[in-house]
Amino acid sequence: MDVLYFAWVRERIGEPRETVDTDATTVADLVRELSAREDRYALAFSDLSALRVAVDQELTAFDAPLAGAREVAFFPPMTGG
Amino acid sequence: MSVRIQQEPFDFGAECDRFAAGRSDTGAVVTFCGIVRDDGGLHAMEIEHYPGMTASAITAMVDTARTRWALTDALVIHRFGPLGPGERIMMVATAAPHRADAFAAAEYLMDYLKSRAPFWKKERTAEGAHWVAAKEADEDALSRW
Repeated sequence: MDVLYFAWVRERIGEPRETVDTDATTVADLVRELSAREDRYALAFSDLSALRVAVDQELTAFDAPLAGAREVAFFPPMTGG
Repeated sequence: MSVRIQQEPFDFGAECDRFAAGRSDTGAVVTFCGIVRDDGGLHAMEIEHYPGMTASAITAMVDTARTRWALTDALVIHRFGPLGPGERIMMVATAAPHRADAFAAAEYLMDYLKSRAPFWKKERTAEGAHWVAAKEADEDALSRW
């Protein structure tokens, strides 16, 4: 699946998007999997209360299932307007 | 109903004129324009967004507003990319038979755009660059709807 990062999450991870081969069943599983992979992920995901997640371009929660998901995006709280 | 996400500037006056023109079913038009504010030392603001999600998220907000208020039309324009102090970032316009609906829908859209549209602002000053943190007050504002 495609994993996208925005704002300071993108800067900490060092790339805007990547394709991840994963068996994670929830967003939280994916976060654990990525965090275990390299320090830059662990740093970006160290405080989930400071992050938001969208699955297939819809805001959702970290316990959301990933079955059938094509795109997961992580970003800080939004500051539009 | 129209939602535009664009890098280029927009002509606020012309957009308001066009939006308000030729309506006989509308007694009220409310418009809002957001401007890059310099609280001291701001060189530039960079707005990042999530291209795949931004327009659909805002369109969903407009659709919800239409179910809650008697709107005859709505317009949202939001820019991204680098912006200088004083530049116009975004605008909202709502049209309704009566002003209460137009005002309420414009406020609703602004409150949701602040906290639920996938934009992020980075400010560049002489001291460096930093991401603008979301304000608790903006999140709290959603509870009134």
